[in-house]
Amino acid sequence: MDSFAGRKNIIRVLIVLIGLIYIIRLFILQVVDSSYKLTASNNVLRYETQYPARGLIFDRNGNLLVFNQAAYDIMVNPMQLDAFDTTEFCSILEITKEYIDENIKSAKEYSLYKPSIFLKQVSSVTYARFQEVMFKFPGFFVQPRTLRKYTYENAAHVIGYVGEVNDKIIESNTYYNQGDYIGISGIEQSYEDYLRGKKGVNIYLVDVHNRIKGSYNNGKFDVKAEVGANVISTIDINLQKYGEKLMQNKSGSIVAIEPSTGEILALVSAPGYNPELLVGRARAKNYNDLNIDSLKPLFNRAVMAQYPPGSTFKIMNALVGQKEKVLNPYTTYSCSGAYFAGRFRLGCHSHSSPLNLPQSIQISCNTYYCNVFRSILDNRNYPSVRDAYESWRNHVVSFGFGKALNSDLINELNGLIPTKEYYDKVYRTENWKSLNIISLAIGQGELGTTPLQMANMTATIANRGYYYIPHIVKEIEGDFNLDARFYKRNYTSIDSVYFEPVIKGMELAVNGEAGSGSTARTAQIQNIIVCGKTGTAQNPHGEDHSIFIAFAPKDNPQIAISVYIENGGFGGTWAAPLARLMIEKYLNDSISQPYWEEYILNSDLITKNAKKSQHLE
Amino acid sequence: MQRRANIWNNIDWTTVFIYLLLVLLGWINIYAAVYNEDHQSIFDFSQRYGKQMIWIFAAFLLILVVFTIDIRYYTFFAYFIYGVMIFILLAVLIFGKEVHGAKSWFEIGNIRIQPSEFAKIATALALARYLSSFNVQINSFKSYLRIGLILFLPAFLILLQNDTGSALVYFAFALVLFREGLSGSVFLLGILIVILFILALVLEKITLIAIAVIVALIVFWILTRKFKQFAMAVLIFVFSSAMFWGIDYFLGLKILKYYIILLAIALSSIIYVYLAFKHKIKHVFILILFLFGSIMFAFSVDYVFHQILEHHQQKRINTLLGLESDPLGIGYNVNQSKIAIGSGGFSGKGFLRGTQTKFDFVPEQSTDFIFCTIGEEWGFMGTFFVTSLFIALLLRLVYIAERQKSSFSRMYGYGVVAVLFFHIIINIGMTIGLMPVIGIPLPFFSYGGSSLWAFTILLFILLRLDANRLETVK
Repeated sequence: MDSFAGRKNIIRVLIVLIGLIYIIRLFILQVVDSSYKLTASNNVLRYETQYPARGLIFDRNGNLLVFNQAAYDIMVNPMQLDAFDTTEFCSILEITKEYIDENIKSAKEYSLYKPSIFLKQVSSVTYARFQEVMFKFPGFFVQPRTLRKYTYENAAHVIGYVGEVNDKIIESNTYYNQGDYIGISGIEQSYEDYLRGKKGVNIYLVDVHNRIKGSYNNGKFDVKAEVGANVISTIDINLQKYGEKLMQNKSGSIVAIEPSTGEILALVSAPGYNPELLVGRARAKNYNDLNIDSLKPLFNRAVMAQYPPGSTFKIMNALVGQKEKVLNPYTTYSCSGAYFAGRFRLGCHSHSSPLNLPQSIQISCNTYYCNVFRSILDNRNYPSVRDAYESWRNHVVSFGFGKALNSDLINELNGLIPTKEYYDKVYRTENWKSLNIISLAIGQGELGTTPLQMANMTATIANRGYYYIPHIVKEIEGDFNLDARFYKRNYTSIDSVYFEPVIKGMELAVNGEAGSGSTARTAQIQNIIVCGKTGTAQNPHGEDHSIFIAFAPKDNPQIAISVYIENGGFGGTWAAPLARLMIEKYLNDSISQPYWEEYILNSDLITKNAKKSQHLE
Repeated sequence: MQRRANIWNNIDWTTVFIYLLLVLLGWINIYAAVYNEDHQSIFDFSQRYGKQMIWIFAAFLLILVVFTIDIRYYTFFAYFIYGVMIFILLAVLIFGKEVHGAKSWFEIGNIRIQPSEFAKIATALALARYLSSFNVQINSFKSYLRIGLILFLPAFLILLQNDTGSALVYFAFALVLFREGLSGSVFLLGILIVILFILALVLEKITLIAIAVIVALIVFWILTRKFKQFAMAVLIFVFSSAMFWGIDYFLGLKILKYYIILLAIALSSIIYVYLAFKHKIKHVFILILFLFGSIMFAFSVDYVFHQILEHHQQKRINTLLGLESDPLGIGYNVNQSKIAIGSGGFSGKGFLRGTQTKFDFVPEQSTDFIFCTIGEEWGFMGTFFVTSLFIALLLRLVYIAERQKSSFSRMYGYGVVAVLFFHIIINIGMTIGLMPVIGIPLPFFSYGGSSLWAFTILLFILLRLDANRLETVK
């Protein structure tokens, strides 16, 4: 029966053999090999983390934006603490006895055996003095680190800032330890993996007096730190600076994109803040101040604010109308100051009539687009308004609306282009009519778009039908490539031929003759053909927001821009001249009509609006 | 009365003694590992050593329970226990609590139970029951399938709990199968697979393919011993490689090198098979099958490793194979553990004098890395003693298993040996850098109620069966 009894001996041999191998290995490890040995008197190893310098950040023209500055943290290792002269200690480090007690206690709570930060970011002078007498204070040592420094006080939202990791990050990512720094917003966050480099470690033998006795095992287990990669941003710092200057005393945003690449040339969110405020020991206090500011300077309006697009969206309807073959450049509609449908009335302003497609954009006629939008939705080629709407929505979404563009900017909002199911719910029927949602014709109603999405739409028009996902980083130095998605052309569902009449209209809106009814003549620049469209986002909380989108020059466009000025009223008043200044600054690096600059710089919409609302109360 | 006394007399007191010694040493070392000046009493129940004492007493109670159960029930209810265990493993997936990323715990009040520890007992029982059924032929396809199922089911469920270490334990039962006569070729195949697995990760694909071809040709030479046939085979391969290389070169196709080699292998294999049929040469067909099997396996390992395994699992394997060195990450644990053990020297630093094994230097110190404390505080004398104790226990258990009259008892005995052996090899091995870091406890030593209880029950069921060895069950 049991014919394999012989195998029991093989098993016995196996057990003894492996046991012997382990015992021999233990003998080598514990008795023969001295490399794992420590000297007898309770010596310990000190792991000194080598923090690499964080990568630098440059603008597109090679101007240095962010660099590093040395700082020193005093660290404590509770296990190695011994009684010491607190008076001398306090006077060197300029701290109180209570501070010592409190911080040693919390260090012990964190870990008895791992070092924690005792005192953050002491100056190099203090560091030098402490270094000399450190041997008197067993358990303490100095950890050099780097802090961020900024060349300009601009572009805070683009660059972001660096801060200490919190417990959540430490738990979820083993790379970080208590006291490490990490990018918290902007480029610092989205390119953290490249900028941070790689931490190294030096292992030292330390005696009971906290003196380094030498490198452990001749540095066999040390790891060299790798310096972080430099990052080149797509930002043109001069344009950015100029944009922030123009936005002084106003709230809103500017996004400028190079259409041929999707590179973001400037991204302004006003009011902003000085990045220097979020560095060093004062950060916590400054952060709090910024956080409670009623104008929300920490809020990046360019990607996190959504507004209805207003009349700028007429362009979208003009494109969809042509694509759906319910509109051609020669289609005319007449307007008698308002759009009427039964008892429904939607007002327009007075202008010449009838208008064709380019003229309708030039003059921004509401009636024209009510007609266009209804003909899109009531198109007989679709079984129902719902289906026609879905097709409209798909065209709109192909421009990057209704979902985040997936740029490398942090916290990008999705925006909102309602689905047909949304309206089913609102109207409690699937048979809602085109008239129900007529406000979409002129970009009002349930639409939400971010300034970044609008700039992207403008770039798409400038490209006649495609876009590159907008991005803020141009290049990472070293063997790194940008994500492939930034090199991919995204085609919209609108063919390029349909863009020409629309662009013609945008050209006329800016460059039409005086008295022709052009809405954006305030954006005119000598010798440069700017194509633009004004808009006004309805604001239930106060005065409407002023919007302007534009690109220039008309042929081979170099810049596409969206400008939002909160509570600025009509788009032509503030947003258009501001955009004009940005465009000219970028293309010519000089301003041909300085009175526009004065006009914008001297306007203080924030105090004005604050007064107004006070008045109302 | 007579019968009861009989049982007590027949208990294998040697094993019981070793067991008690191991549990006691474990407790002392847990005390040393988490020793902390604020809680100096070893009976402090707020600390792990205090709790471990409770687990130990509970384990003694469990021994009594195991001994009061009639041995026939273990055979009779083997499948039932196994079924219940599978059910519990399923339940833990749904209702369990996640600790350190593994969802393998039930939490009842303050007590956490890890069912996967107990599943080993059920599996050992079920496997013994199946193999000892009188009509089972171990080397048949049907048996392979059923044995595979018995082992795979709990392992798979534990894998789903994200506890890879405990799932790997089921490989240990191969030892039982070996003892019971599983065909040697199955084991050869297993070893071949392991070698291929490692080579697939260590070597470039093209090198691996080249090695496989050369090995196949050499085996062919050894089997046939005919120089002419061997030379022909080599020539055919060289010519077909040259041909594909030539096509690629002159047509400028720029095909990847290993595709050229693969094409060459395919073409020469077709020629070999044709020639083999014509000249009636043996072995050729099976050799080619092996060659292709190996290449395909290597490719799928590559795929599984990079696409399916999680990053930390890849890292552990890479670190073990020396492909990646990372003294701050995975390697950190092993490096720290080696420093702790190595710093113990010959006679150790003395009880509670360890500096490296305190809290944070070595992680999971009172559980998976408890062996470090022994190494540091008791030195080589301590590790030698403990390792020898484990060897003695295993050899004693083999002896006990072999003296059983009932084949069920013997097979269960080998199940116990297998599980303990695997745990000991892996656990001690990882602390001295011979094995990958797989988080499984050191039997009887590591802190934790579930593992102590499970190993105790596992062991004492065997002793219970042994105490009755003279009354045959079947």
